[in-house]
This record gives sequence, structure tokens and C-alpha cells, in this order.
Amino acid sequence: MTKSNLLSRRKFITSLTTAGAAATLLRPPLAMGAEARLVLGFLYGGPKNDLGYNQAHAEGKQSLIALPFVKAVEEANVVETVAAEESMRNMIHQDGARAIFATSYGYLDPFVLRIARENPNTQFFHCGGFYRDGIDPPNIGIYFGFIDEVEYLAGVTAGLMSRTGRMGFVAAKPIPQVLRNINSFMLGARSVNPSASMKVLFTGDWVLPVREAEAASSLADQGVEVLTGHTGSPRVIMQVAERRGIWATGYQFNQSVVAPNRFLTGAEWSWGVVYKRYAQMIHDGKSVTNGTIPRHMAGTLKDQFCRLSPFGPAVTPAMRNQVARAQEQLLNGSQAIYRGPLRDNIGKVVVPAGKTIAIEDPVLDRMNWLLEGIEGDVKGL
Amino acid sequence: MNRTAFIPSRKSLESVTIPTAAFLVSMALFGGFCVLWGAPFWGVFASIYRAGFGSWYSLQNSLLRAAPLMLCGLCTALPARAGIITVGNEGAFVMGGLAAAAAGLSTQSAPAWFSLLAMAIAGSIAGGVWIAIAAGLQHYRGVNAVISSLLLNYIAIALMLQLVEGPMRDPASLNFPATHPILESHQLGRLFSSRVHFGLVFGIVASILAWFLLEHTVWGMKVKVVGGNARTARLVGLPLGAVILTASFFGGACAGLAGMVEVAAVHGRASHAIAAGYGYVGILVAFLSRQSPLRIMIVSLILGAVIASGGSLQRDLDLPDATIAVFEGITFLLILASETLYGRFEFFRATHNAS
Repeated sequence: MTKSNLLSRRKFITSLTTAGAAATLLRPPLAMGAEARLVLGFLYGGPKNDLGYNQAHAEGKQSLIALPFVKAVEEANVVETVAAEESMRNMIHQDGARAIFATSYGYLDPFVLRIARENPNTQFFHCGGFYRDGIDPPNIGIYFGFIDEVEYLAGVTAGLMSRTGRMGFVAAKPIPQVLRNINSFMLGARSVNPSASMKVLFTGDWVLPVREAEAASSLADQGVEVLTGHTGSPRVIMQVAERRGIWATGYQFNQSVVAPNRFLTGAEWSWGVVYKRYAQMIHDGKSVTNGTIPRHMAGTLKDQFCRLSPFGPAVTPAMRNQVARAQEQLLNGSQAIYRGPLRDNIGKVVVPAGKTIAIEDPVLDRMNWLLEGIEGDVKGL
Repeated sequence: MNRTAFIPSRKSLESVTIPTAAFLVSMALFGGFCVLWGAPFWGVFASIYRAGFGSWYSLQNSLLRAAPLMLCGLCTALPARAGIITVGNEGAFVMGGLAAAAAGLSTQSAPAWFSLLAMAIAGSIAGGVWIAIAAGLQHYRGVNAVISSLLLNYIAIALMLQLVEGPMRDPASLNFPATHPILESHQLGRLFSSRVHFGLVFGIVASILAWFLLEHTVWGMKVKVVGGNARTARLVGLPLGAVILTASFFGGACAGLAGMVEVAAVHGRASHAIAAGYGYVGILVAFLSRQSPLRIMIVSLILGAVIASGGSLQRDLDLPDATIAVFEGITFLLILASETLYGRFEFFRATHNAS
């Protein structure tokens, strides 16, 4: 009895092992065929489906399918600790990645710096951040986009939709990049609605959905007509707008799905353009180490680093035309966003009369003011 | 006579076969789960193998994870042998890391060996006390140790966050609050020229030591009697409290030492990052190895490889990043379910009706 049992068990195990071995032999090894292709590794700090910052990068990576010579691999939810180092190292050693795209701000120092020193033949591209010439390893490049132009156009749309011109902005932190978006949005709204005003609330961090919802509700209670924001993913801000029956414009990624009736448009990234350009350059044998790939790649609306989300159903054809005209003016250079005279909300002149500041001007990256008509404190209170 | 000599080996065969079978079934279920996500069934295991054992580089990844898993596995296994089930591994791990960071930062001017010794001792004591609290609460006050140790995990993490974001914070750590870094020269070294750190030696030595203590000392005998039948133990006059507390302290000390390794060899400082879940996987290690210190070493290596494949499953097969957590969950459920199977198979106790 026991014996026959044992036999059948042994038989079973043998057949299982054989099947496993056969399957292993028949299936080509994972890495085969991939080695000939250019392997690029992507790291995201959060989930790939956040309808925000990370999804925008993941969508950009996804668009590399169009380039047959590229194999792009990714890891999501990689925290800004030694876990990031390990993911990068694995991509290099296990997948043969020749370039790493580190998309979260906190990856650069010290994790990318360390792995870049350890792997001088691999190129590293970091989204945003500051490269220190002569100190940081030469195989690191920085890429970013000037999305405030798109925020300006979203502001134009918001200004056209609202009667009272009261806008609400939920922002993560009062850092220059966020302040640029707030002020651009305001200037866009004011360009079509001179009485436009805005109230800004800061939540303190990039991903705080509960606090974002509270801030958005509070702004709705105070009677704003359009809600927008700059956080890791403003999806909850869109949801609050939809529920409260006020307009919303998105940021980072197209959030129209969560506010089908109330979504107007939004400023979203178009990283696919950037990643395809990098992939092509690396494929052509260029490298950031020897300077054939520029150390900094920062693009504007014209460079298609960012774009306006498709309009929601409430935006009329006449309004769409007006936004298109504003976009045309930005693209052909006949209109600048930062054109004096501009005052901040404590009465100081920040751009004198007759002066314009180009969107690429680094002075804007030191922005520490909110425009007149914006209720909010740059100290983040 | 022959047959009686056979009993222990059949019994230990049972405690190897059942967890192994449970593990294999959970692997198969996990493969099925991945197929639902569009991944090829065998491809999943090929990817895990490649990430865990495929090359010397990959094996180092597995060994790096096996080290803390061994120590965290002992944290559940040792008290369990004395009859106390605790799941406070993560808490003991975090307390050990925190204490080690404090010890390391206050011995910066001392020689490296002294500083490392201080860190190891501080980490072990902190972790040991943490588990001994849970065991003592059960033994003396009747508080279920599973629940109290689980809650102690949250207390440990909250305490760590409070200190790391408050009094122990390095003001330069802006985005990611952490303590000041431990001097590079005072950090735990690597083995030979590999990436594997000395934590692996700690894990192996601790496992062998635990086996020796349990199987070849009077103390080990006492632990097993207390764990086997507490009433008998009391009847023969064994000091139950002392045995339970020492076993729990040793277990907790192992997890605390793992926390020290995480601070002294991996991160170089204490921060929220050290609570990366090794403690929780350690519970799984202990149950899979049926609380046997020697089997813990093997199980840790296998689970280390599985965790190491979290990234490669994403990269090779486009599976979600939480996939590995699903695997751990399935395995956990099946291991717990398999507990009901002990003693049910004729084969494993075939000796009874013989006479």
C-alpha cells in the first residue's frame, strides 16, 4: 500500500521535473535577442498608475515601443533609499542596461551619483535637479521641461470659463518650480479675464491625497470657480471639483477620466518625445560623458516636452479657438508670459515695466514670489 | 526497536514535506496568478531563478537578503520552541537598528572595532528586550503574545520615526529624515571582494549557535520541554518564566542584530528605510522551516532569492511591483493552512499499528 503510494508519488515528481526541464530547454532564455537591442532602465518613485507624475514617465517609457532597437525595462515604487541603487545596479548587471532614467527628484544625490561613479560606462539621466560641474561624475545628464507655458494656456481656458474669475490652486511646496506654475496660470487667466484672482493652499508634500482633498474642499467652500493644483497627482483635486460641480484643470497627466464633466484641460508632460530623442542619440553612439549628448536637456512647449490635455466637453469651440490663438502667439514668440510691469502680492515690483523674461531664463528658477491678486504665502503657510 | 528509532526521522520528514509541499503549491498558485496578468507560467519562475541564482551577481543579491532573513527567522523560531508565538520581528529589527545607530553615533571617536561591537551589543539588547516584553506579558499577565508583539511593531516604528524626525535627525537630511551617518570607517565590512556584507556571517553563526543551544545543551532541553508541555515542565520544577524569557530574548536579539546590520552595513544611518519588511518575511521563514535553526538558513536563501526577484519580475514580464507581496501572502496562507495537516498522513506515523 505504502509502497505503491510512494511509487506513484515518485513517478509524479519525476514527470513534473521532466516537464519543468523540458519547458526550460524549449523556451529561449530571457536575455536572448535582447542583448542586440539597446536596453534602457527606468525607475519611478511611485506607482505607474497614479494618473500623475509617475504615470507620465511610464507612458513616456511605453512610447519607446515605437523604436524597434530599444528594449525598455522599468521598476515602479522604488523608494529614494539604497533600494534605488540596487534597482539601478540590477538593471545594469542583470539586464545590460546602457542608460538609466531616474525619474524621481531624490534619486540624484547620493544614489545616482554613487552608481554613476561605480559604472562609468553607463549613462544616467535624471529628471530635474542640479548637476555640479567638476564634482559630479561626467556620465550624468539632466532633463526637464518648462511646463509653465502650458499652465498659462490652462489658465487662459480657466479664465474663459469662469464668470467671477476666482481660481483655487492646491500646491505641494512653495518651491520655484511650483511658484512658476501658479504665476503662469494666473497670468493666463488674467490675459482673458482681467479681474481674475486666486487663492493658493500648500499641503507640504507631493503625495498627500487626504490633505489635498481637504484643501480642495476648503477652496470650493470659499467659492472658487476653477480648481487646479500642482502635486504628485492632482487626481483627488479633480475628483473634488467634479463632486462639487466646479471646473478643474489638471497637471502632470491627463486626468479627464476622474472628472468627465468638469475637466476643462490641463498641463501634461510628454516624456515620450524626450525619451525617444535620448534613445536615438544613444543608439547613434552619442554619450553625455564626451559631450555629444548635452548635459542639460530642457524643452518648452515648442520642443513638445509638454502639452495641453484634450479639452473637456464644456469648453466651447469659440474658447478652443481663443486658446489655440494664445498657443500660436507663445509658439511664434509674439507673446511672452512674464512681461512687465508685474507686482507680487506684497506690492514689490518683480518684473519692471517694459521688460520681458524669456521662459528659459534661469532667473525664473529662483522665483520666490506670488503675483498680485493671489492670496497665499510663499513661506508655504 | 528498529521501528522506534525510525519515528523521529519520519516525524522530521513530515515537518520537511508538509511545508515544502505548501511552498510548491503556493508557487503554482502564484504562477497561475501571474498568468492572469499575462505573464507566461514558466517565465515567472525563470525570472525568479535568474534574479536569485542566475549569476554570481544575482546570488550575491540573494545572500544579501538571506542574512537579515536568517536572523529575523530566529526571532520567531526561538520563542516558538518555548511555546511563545511572536510576530514582533519587525519591531525588534527596528529597535535594534535604532539602538545600533545611537551606539554608533556616540562612539565615533572610538576605534572601529569597539564602535561595531557597541553597535552589535546595543542592537541585540534592544531587540531582545523588545521580544522579551511580549513574552513576559503573555507568561506573567496572560496577554496574547501574537497580538502584543504585533502591536509592539507599530510602537517601535512610531518611536523610530519620532526620534529620526526629531532629536536624532541630521538637519542635512531634508527630503528623507534620517540620523547622522555612521563614519564610513566604522561601518560593517564586506566579505572578500564581494558585495555581501558580514551580516551573512552573523546569520549563519547565529543559526548554528541556536541549533547547538537547542539540541546539545541543558537549556535547550528545558526550552523544548517548556514548549512541548508547560504543565509537565512546571510539574518537574522547571523555571518556566526564566526559560521563556531567555528564549525570547535570544530570538529578539537576533532580529535586533539584523537591524544593526541594516544600519551598519546597508544604509549607514537609521531612517524609515530600515523598516523594509525583513521582519515580516522572517515570520514566514520561521514557519516554513518549522522553527528549525538549520533549515532557517536554507529557507532564508530561497526566500531571499524570491524577494530579490521583485524587480526582475517587473523588468522581464511587466508584472506590477506588488507581485512579490502577493507571493508572500499566498505562501503565508498556505503555510498556515498546512498546519492542520500534521498527523493526518498515515505514512508519517506508519509505525503505530505494527505491533
